[in-house]
Amino acid sequence: MPLFFFEQVLTVAARRPHLSEAFMTARSRTKTSKNSAKKAGVAAPTHQTPLLNASGFVKRFGNFTANDDVSFSIYEGEIHALLGENGAGKSTFVKMVYGLMQPDSGALEWRGQPVTINGPQHAREMGIGMVFQHFSLFQALTVAENIQLALPAGESLSGLSDRVRRMSAEYGIGVDPDARVHNLSVGQQQRVEIMRCLLQNPSLLIMDEPTSVLTPQETDQLFDVLRRFSDSGVAILFISHKLDEILALTSRATVLRRGINVGTVDTDTRSARQLAEMMVGEMVGDVACNTAPADGDVLLEISHLSRPRPTQFATPLRKISMQARRGEILAIAGIAGNGQDELMEALIGEWRAGLDGIIFLKGLDITHAGPAVRRNAGIGFVPEERNGHAAVPTMSLAENNLLTSHSLGGAVKNGVIDDDAMRQAAADVATAFDVRLPNENPLASALSGGNLQKFVVGREIAKSPELLIVSQPTWGVDVGAAMFIRSAMLELAAKGSAVVMISQDLEEVFMIAHRIAVLYNGHLSAAMDATGLTAEKVGLLMGGSAAGRGPDA
Amino acid sequence: MISLIPRKDIPLALTVMTPIIAIALTLIVGAIIFATLGYDPLQALYQFFIAPVSRPDQIGDLFVKACPLIIIASGLVFCFRANVWNIGAEGQLILGAVFSGYVALTFPGLPGWAMMPLMVIASMLGGLLWAMIPALLKTRFNTNEILVSLMLTYVAALLIDWIVRGPWRDPMSFGFPLTKMYEDAALISRIELPGIGYLGQLHWGVVGALLMAVGAWFVLSRMLVGFQVKVMGAAPRAGRFAGFSPSFVTVMVLGISGAAAGVAGMVEVSANIDQLQPDISFGYGFTAIIVTFLARLNPLAVIGAGLVVALAELGGDSAQIALGMPKVVTGVFKGILLFMLLAGETFNRFRFEIRLPRSAAVKLTGGQN
Repeated sequence: MPLFFFEQVLTVAARRPHLSEAFMTARSRTKTSKNSAKKAGVAAPTHQTPLLNASGFVKRFGNFTANDDVSFSIYEGEIHALLGENGAGKSTFVKMVYGLMQPDSGALEWRGQPVTINGPQHAREMGIGMVFQHFSLFQALTVAENIQLALPAGESLSGLSDRVRRMSAEYGIGVDPDARVHNLSVGQQQRVEIMRCLLQNPSLLIMDEPTSVLTPQETDQLFDVLRRFSDSGVAILFISHKLDEILALTSRATVLRRGINVGTVDTDTRSARQLAEMMVGEMVGDVACNTAPADGDVLLEISHLSRPRPTQFATPLRKISMQARRGEILAIAGIAGNGQDELMEALIGEWRAGLDGIIFLKGLDITHAGPAVRRNAGIGFVPEERNGHAAVPTMSLAENNLLTSHSLGGAVKNGVIDDDAMRQAAADVATAFDVRLPNENPLASALSGGNLQKFVVGREIAKSPELLIVSQPTWGVDVGAAMFIRSAMLELAAKGSAVVMISQDLEEVFMIAHRIAVLYNGHLSAAMDATGLTAEKVGLLMGGSAAGRGPDA
Repeated sequence: MISLIPRKDIPLALTVMTPIIAIALTLIVGAIIFATLGYDPLQALYQFFIAPVSRPDQIGDLFVKACPLIIIASGLVFCFRANVWNIGAEGQLILGAVFSGYVALTFPGLPGWAMMPLMVIASMLGGLLWAMIPALLKTRFNTNEILVSLMLTYVAALLIDWIVRGPWRDPMSFGFPLTKMYEDAALISRIELPGIGYLGQLHWGVVGALLMAVGAWFVLSRMLVGFQVKVMGAAPRAGRFAGFSPSFVTVMVLGISGAAAGVAGMVEVSANIDQLQPDISFGYGFTAIIVTFLARLNPLAVIGAGLVVALAELGGDSAQIALGMPKVVTGVFKGILLFMLLAGETFNRFRFEIRLPRSAAVKLTGGQN
């Protein structure tokens, strides 16, 4: 009994890191220095000392360099975009600015003075506030109570409520301090989070992908609020990959690509096209040349798949239609968080639409079929998350192999598991796909990321599925394993199967895909032949720019 | 901030040593407490651990005491493996006794070959139906099964109380809240061992309990349904990916554990009490939860754990009788024993780590990329 109570408490703590942080802030009872000495008006940035100036930031994780000599500066009252793909190093950079991690080398100046930021608490005292993408509020408490938890102690709730009301009116934020958080929309909750930062009088506000959870109307409202902050002298660092938003809101943009600052530009003088090019870069083999076999039969057909937002931070799917043909690799490119997880769940059958006639395999309606039925019909799935989704970390490799083959017969007869057959099947996969094992039948958690990924891809390909659906097949995997997995998928397609690959790695997409569609904000573009397609065109679609959108997207 | 970090690889030696160390610590702490209270510690420990099993017939009684615990825990293993927390086995036990009592009292003329199977089926049905209430409320309305199953225990206790005082009361019971005695066909007989005779109260229900534990082991470790249960408990998302239904698993494990608890109720009445009365269980449904965890959710280990806990119960009685030890002291000692065993289990599975708040905050918020 005591065990599970422990575990539940631990789980709650782990799920709500920001709450824990809010708690600690409240507990530490430190006074913030009120650096509200704001200069009126916004002068031309170039003649001022930058508010914040980072030079030569380097951050390494093992062999991986997340930030390589990144320099950046922002002025008072400036709205500055930080633009880049997943893994470009945006999060790493702002975490260093916010004191969540320390750079391996590099220097930071705040109002012209060299500083070292020891932690988020220190950053807040200096006047840096941050709104996280996936913020977390206590649902059962009121707005004012949530804000009070994050502020230094000493302010009465009623005094705080008055301040919230005043500030809310001043900036047009529209937050009612007495409302309970569970009654608010995500957009409103985000404004509570912004308010929480604002009450500490920040000079610099960092916003991590703030519009990913907002409706277009809410986005417009947010931009109005941000412009008012900027008018009052607050600098805003706006992290985004949405090109049109960056052009609409910001005055300058710094573009990161694979940890390197590829340039800081005035957004007034740039087009979405130019930003997209900077974001995705000029790759070797920029123009793809994979030609799909002509007229492969349509294996998978999806028409008008829509799905409401499953959780508050999720992306709804909006009338997704696509076809996958025999012999091809169809890539679904896009930046993470644009509906990939939601689409993958719908493809696997973990989530199923209520309507008929949406998903067809070889003309057969499988809209209502669960994962096991879809597997029996000849589909293999590899979800993005290895631990806890594709595999059970605390179970052996043999049992993990059974996870996706229990409905196919073989190791299970009359409901009884044949232990030898189960082990043999897993061992065969390990041999065929070069999975290196520490012992004969190890726990999945004992394997390295690359080895486990080879296993979860291999166990599907070993069944020679007619259709393989994979999400981020080489995410977090070393180069050798990645090449192995890609060539295995190409081989499968060459044998006449279809492969649908959801990937945010554009280089990978151009390397092996025959046709490419782009997922942006829950919309899927029409699939385009990879032959002759440029990275720039795909980059524009990934950034949701109107310039890249076809007539029917 | 103190954190419990799950161990990745648990060394076998640690697993073997844990219960031994736990029992050794129990003996030491127990001896200190007994000495402080003025009892001879060696004498007290003798009464607890040796005296209850010093004669063959007492060993039989030990198994009889462990019997309902083993039956219930064999079912609870499924629930807890699936991360479904059925705390209401006590109530399911009562419903099992009531349903089988209905068969025994309504059809007293049935021959033995029909009576026993019918009573077993009825008891399973009773426990299962009672467990379906938390199961359906959870799967349909996402209620908390801990609260619902626990609260239903009190409903069940009041239900049997009303039944034996009202509709089913034996008119010849002189006003006592008792039903008629069961006919012989409805009673579980004692085992007559060749050459030895009866061994205390050892009855055929004990054999059934051991078979149930072995059966539970087979289902859990060798069958696909057991695999489903384990996957759902370890990684629910992987379970859905495999095509298993979370609702089905929840209903199934509550059904299995409810049916098992129902059988325990039937065995307890038919083997030891012979009629229905307001109190038919001495908290077996709750004690079985401890047995289940003591067995590390392994059905075969449930047999050993059931015997250990039964020994602690009998040892408490024996110390009270022989040494005049107050019931609260024996209760404390039993508590120490279970506490040590479960704490050992926790140390076995987790290692403790003490971290400073600042670095913890950095680690937690730095997790997202």
